[in-house]
Amino acid sequence: MAAIAPRRLTKELKELTMGECPAGVQLLQSADFETWVLSLEVLGESLYKGEVFALRFRFEPQYPIASPEVTFIVDDKFKAPIHPHVYSNGHICASILGHEWSPVLGVASVCITLQSMLASCKKRERPPDNDRYVRTAPASPKKSRFHYDDDTV
Amino acid sequence: MDYSDDDDYNYDSDEIMDGTQDDASSVSEMDEDEDFHIQPTKDKKKSYEIDFDCLEQTAIQDIIRADSEQIISIFNVDASTASLLLRHMGWNKERLIEKYMDNPAQVLEAAGIPSQQPAGPSQPAPIRSNPSTRQATSTVIRRSTRRSTADSKAPVAPLTPVGCLICCDENPASMTSLMCGHNFCSECWAEYLKGKIRDEGECSIKCMAEDCSVLVPDAFIKETCDAAVYSRFEELVLRHFVAHTKNLKYCPAPSCVYTVSCTSAPPSSLTTVVPTVVCKKGHAFCFGCPIEGDHRPLICAVAKLWLQKCHDDSETANWIKSNTKECTKCQSTIEKNGGCNHMTCRKCKHEFCWVCMGPWSEHGTAWYNCNRFDEKSSSEARDTQSKSRISLERYLHYYNRWANHEQSAKLSVELYAKTEKKMEEMQITSSLTWIEVQFARKAVEEVERCRTTLKWTYAMAYYLDRSNAKELFEDNQRDLEKAVEDLSELLETPIDPENIPMLRQKMTDKTVYVQKRNEIMLEDTANGYLEGRWSWNTPVEGIERDEEPASSSA
Ligand SMILES: [Zn+2]
Ligand SMILES: [Zn+2]
Ligand SMILES: [Zn+2]
Ligand SMILES: [Zn+2]
Ligand SMILES: [Zn+2]
Ligand SMILES: [Zn+2]
Repeated sequence: MAAIAPRRLTKELKELTMGECPAGVQLLQSADFETWVLSLEVLGESLYKGEVFALRFRFEPQYPIASPEVTFIVDDKFKAPIHPHVYSNGHICASILGHEWSPVLGVASVCITLQSMLASCKKRERPPDNDRYVRTAPASPKKSRFHYDDDTV
Repeated sequence: MDYSDDDDYNYDSDEIMDGTQDDASSVSEMDEDEDFHIQPTKDKKKSYEIDFDCLEQTAIQDIIRADSEQIISIFNVDASTASLLLRHMGWNKERLIEKYMDNPAQVLEAAGIPSQQPAGPSQPAPIRSNPSTRQATSTVIRRSTRRSTADSKAPVAPLTPVGCLICCDENPASMTSLMCGHNFCSECWAEYLKGKIRDEGECSIKCMAEDCSVLVPDAFIKETCDAAVYSRFEELVLRHFVAHTKNLKYCPAPSCVYTVSCTSAPPSSLTTVVPTVVCKKGHAFCFGCPIEGDHRPLICAVAKLWLQKCHDDSETANWIKSNTKECTKCQSTIEKNGGCNHMTCRKCKHEFCWVCMGPWSEHGTAWYNCNRFDEKSSSEARDTQSKSRISLERYLHYYNRWANHEQSAKLSVELYAKTEKKMEEMQITSSLTWIEVQFARKAVEEVERCRTTLKWTYAMAYYLDRSNAKELFEDNQRDLEKAVEDLSELLETPIDPENIPMLRQKMTDKTVYVQKRNEIMLEDTANGYLEGRWSWNTPVEGIERDEEPASSSA
């Protein structure tokens, strides 16, 4: 069976560029079917008002059967949001990117989920195990076995 | 290494336990009066052995099938539903029947089965085709509400028939869904199931739709996946069953498919018995705890303490395991390449002991220098060194010997691989038969087995209170160690056709002796447990300490 990622991503790309992009989300880079970059803002009142973040999506050939690898970009220009489920290296602990992933989900729905994860946050703080995790974290968060203790934050 | 059938692993032939889980009064107490299968070397069960039976995969499948058929006939459901229900209840048939009788709709929903499904057992495919078969108690499939973030109606429009939403094929060859009605193309289903089964090792797989908790029935998997994926799925179900059945354990050796059944190791016995079992391939493991190997003579709870300690202190202790050391005389680097502790420096011919680095000449008569932590020198050192330093040194003393036996066992096996090759060549060039060149194999197997025992005796000694019993224990340990080192050294003798008869005689004799010493070690420790002879210098799970000795840090 041919990789389904290109056909699926072609469709998602079309939707994102044809005005179906969620509000507060902008496609910054989508030159190939391996890595996309999107900017993300939380609209309305929130602890992150006025901040702009960037998300990097990496797709395997098995996408969307396999979940995409999604991280916040941390460089000169962007920082990872300070949030109990976001590590300072940009890794995100969200069940939707792990065992709760459904192949029906896509780039836009991941962005919406992350926006609402930030919007509902009550306290700007890093995960309690941030330092230890960042020191030993694998390059790809997909290799981490996150413990999804509390998805309501 | 592989083990041929005539090896003397007579454990598994001892008594046959029936494999069902009738834990009631089945055959837990069979006596040994039928001695037609008794081996010449062992005529009675040793005090360190327990009863168990090794089962083939097919035997487990039979049990699963029987359970499944019972559920099928009682509930009038199809095989896939029965399988999902049993897995959901952790294979506890009685509880399943009770709960189901009480409220079938609730049980079905919790098990990920839409409740309109129950059909006659004659309907094989759980694929949504005739939703009218039987009136259901409840028709709504509740969606999981675990994810509170963005209850997104999703940018993916649901019920629009534009082909497959996953791969975006607008004209797929075929579309299928589970009973929940979430339609996707067969290729996506196959790819999804393959990933879950092969890569993630899951046997309970949810529908591909977001937040849909309907589980994929067995028949759907069989229909959608290729034979290899389906047979892997069946294996996962089998492992799930074994993992949830108290008297069964899957052999932990990589890619081994045997299951051991044992009813003679209840948790209450674990403070006095080390329930070691062996599968038909010869893999020894503990039935009482997750340690993947034979940890006799140390009981599970203390073995766990030791491994935890080694894990916690691994950084400090790692240097000891290193494979090279310097000659104590000329400082040239020496690599240990065999299992024997007797080292000879290639450069200056100095002979020394790998473990204690002392001259080998002192070891001939005073071997115990090497198996006992020198309590006297340690007490002298107490004046000048801190307490923590001393306790670290005490630990390192035992750890060093522990690690050395592990390492040496590995090296002996590696060395033997070379020997075996040589023997095979000799078999061609000389008149020796295959049987005649087997003596070294027996020897290396015995060495490996005994080094495992020795390894754990050091962990045991670390936790034993000082007493006369401990001293006798250490005498046995020393005798076994000496015998094993001798045999190891013999194994390193270069083999040529001329010395084979002599070597063979010597090695066979020594192997028998080593085996005997190992039996004495295991038998004595096992009896010691039963007699309450061992007292630990640390609190042990399941054991109450009658007195609090002040000198516990000895
Ligand atoms: Zn598809
Ligand atoms: Zn569904
Ligand atoms: Zn095995
Ligand atoms: Zn154990
Ligand atoms: Zn030397
Ligand atoms: Zn020594």
